[in-house]
Amino acid sequence: MLKIAETKDLTAIVEAAVIKHGAHADAFVPILLEINHEFGYIPGDAIRMARKFLHELYGKNPEEHILVSEGQLYGLASFYHMLHTEKTGRHVVQFCESAPCHVQGGRELWKSMQQSLGLAAGETSPDDRFTLKTVSCLGVCGVGPVVLVDDDLYGNVTPEQLADIFAKYE
Amino acid sequence: MAFYRSHVLVSVDPECLAKGAHEVIDALNDELIAQGLLDEVQVLETSRIGDPYRLGPDMLVYPEKEHYANLSADDIPYLVEEHFLKGRVVEKFRAQEKAVSDEELGAPKPKEVRIVLRNCGKIDPHNIEDYIAEDGYQSLAKVISSMTPEQVIAEVSKSGLRGRGGAGFPAARKWQLCRQVPDNPKYLTCNADEGDPGAFMNRRVLESDPHSVVEGMIIAAYAIGASRGYIYCRAEYPIAVQNLKIAIAQAHEFGFLGDDIFGTGFSFDLEVRMGAGAFVCGEETALIASIEGKRGEPRPRPPFPAVKGVWGKPTNNNNVETYAVVPQIILKGAEWYASMGTEKSKGTKTFAIAGDVINTGLIEVPFGITLREVIFDVGGGIKDGKQFKAIQTGGPMGGCLTAEQLDLPLDYEALTAAGSMMGSGGLIIMDHETCMVDMARFFMEFTQDESCGKCTPCRVGTRRILEILEKICAGEGQPGDLETLEDLCYEVTRNSLCGLGQGAPNPVISMLKHFRAEYEAHIYEKKCPARVCKALIRYEIQAAACTGCTVCARNCPVEAINGERRQAHIIDVDKCIRCGICAQVCNFNAIQVLS
Repeated sequence: MLKIAETKDLTAIVEAAVIKHGAHADAFVPILLEINHEFGYIPGDAIRMARKFLHELYGKNPEEHILVSEGQLYGLASFYHMLHTEKTGRHVVQFCESAPCHVQGGRELWKSMQQSLGLAAGETSPDDRFTLKTVSCLGVCGVGPVVLVDDDLYGNVTPEQLADIFAKYE
Repeated sequence: MAFYRSHVLVSVDPECLAKGAHEVIDALNDELIAQGLLDEVQVLETSRIGDPYRLGPDMLVYPEKEHYANLSADDIPYLVEEHFLKGRVVEKFRAQEKAVSDEELGAPKPKEVRIVLRNCGKIDPHNIEDYIAEDGYQSLAKVISSMTPEQVIAEVSKSGLRGRGGAGFPAARKWQLCRQVPDNPKYLTCNADEGDPGAFMNRRVLESDPHSVVEGMIIAAYAIGASRGYIYCRAEYPIAVQNLKIAIAQAHEFGFLGDDIFGTGFSFDLEVRMGAGAFVCGEETALIASIEGKRGEPRPRPPFPAVKGVWGKPTNNNNVETYAVVPQIILKGAEWYASMGTEKSKGTKTFAIAGDVINTGLIEVPFGITLREVIFDVGGGIKDGKQFKAIQTGGPMGGCLTAEQLDLPLDYEALTAAGSMMGSGGLIIMDHETCMVDMARFFMEFTQDESCGKCTPCRVGTRRILEILEKICAGEGQPGDLETLEDLCYEVTRNSLCGLGQGAPNPVISMLKHFRAEYEAHIYEKKCPARVCKALIRYEIQAAACTGCTVCARNCPVEAINGERRQAHIIDVDKCIRCGICAQVCNFNAIQVLS
């Protein structure tokens, strides 16, 4: 996942996402997910462009109910946890905060994570290396506590392992 | 096409060939001719079956699915005579299965009955033929070719199947309601937004046996008269989404989905919709809003989705497990299914056991089994020889039950009567070192965070409950706090719009009911009996046990430990941040936690 928005052609990516998922109301969330995946977050410009492309498609096929305001799209982006409206670091570290992880040493781990990264939940490091977040249950409770770095899942994590895990991400 | 009663697949990957796979095949063909079985048994070449270095040459015999390994041409006459002529499994050639490394789902544990999970880990989820070989899509064929929609509903009704999402509404009645609404088109949704922390039964079924869900949905669509379906899967389950998409594409290829299924004029199409991380979307009206591309916020019912659902049309919504079990009911009959369970809760239920128990992971047990059996027989008991304290059933909106309730039978009514609920099937087991105030705070933190904010009782109420619990954990609880908590819980339960808010106070209510003394200790004595809440505990070095090795002092992050080498050390309580590192590093168990 490349996170540096400037190096990517925002217009082309948004247009491709809109065309791929099509001009249906039920495609809004998939379109935003795709943009989020490309940039790590949803830039304000992307929302503007998504609206524009959707309306162009509407012009070709007015049968579909896809007239949508920027506010509505932003409303989606701010509602769902996996869509980010703020720029994130190069790597997103997510800690599973659910009960099974909590009772299996998650509480201590979460404290160590905040300490070793020097970040609180939702914060990004000044060098843009890490963003620390909590995530709801990832469903791998058999190996809790669980940490997700970008798309890599780590199970049975102890505070001692954190340094080695973080060292893999530059 | 010739019909063979048996198919033999011999692995011909390079390693097996090097170890004589072709000689085995030649010997097999010769022997089948000699025994006159060539018209009954077909020999096929296939790619790798098992580990060729350890097992090759090896073969798979269908339909028995017997795996024979380390064969040579000389073994074949005996094998053919025993297996194909006499119908006996030849033990000495059977492949030794590797020890199960599946942490979630090992071999069935005592008292387990696997129906929903029967194929998990056994079949290749990417291969529809594997599913078909396990009687897959037979029920669909039976339903479409020989049953009317009414007969299907009647059969499901007779089986006693209830919605596995948590509420336990009879599935057949829901289908009937949707069927009789005079509006078209009708939609089908599958709730795969399994968000309860600690519950991952649905994930496993979707990843390992997606076709059972697809088949169940097609049958339900036929019964209801729906033409289009959505599987709403949470984005936290990327593999489940991928496997579902593959399964749907394969079902299309085989003509099980799409227009004019089996040439009967019945058409149904299915697609996967991915969530984007919102717990409330597991609520059916929020799920529907999310499918429609809106914020996943619930709305008041009625109208129920059966009348006005996706795009304002009649919609039937069931859980993954509900759909997955339907093909088995059709195949084996309603009586078979209804023979398991209790009077009102029939069949089996999957649970995810997590927390302080030896065997964590997935289980499937018949209804009516007791909590004691689940924890101690299936779950293997409490970890590290500790004592059982409580079990949270029904997820973050469920309730906790104590040792006195361990002999409760697991069924919908019994759990509700005990102040908890079945929920989707997460079981969190807590040992005696768990603080019940801290647990309640923890669950409220979750529901407070996941509250969508649409209705005030839930948005503000959950926050206020959390604040009081945080205060109590911090040692700042005051007389009257518990009464305020109870009032708040009552109002939030009564006035919230959807199941999230209505259920959110449940953990607090039940923990307060069963462990009130623990709450009072926090408030009046400023003690945490389980010695968890940081503000209420202190660490102390037992002078008699301390050898003065200095390990604790060297590891203390705030230099709160003082003492001479070989002399008993002392912790400065004012400096101590109660991180517990000293207790972890002490080799002599000299550091005690007191409250």
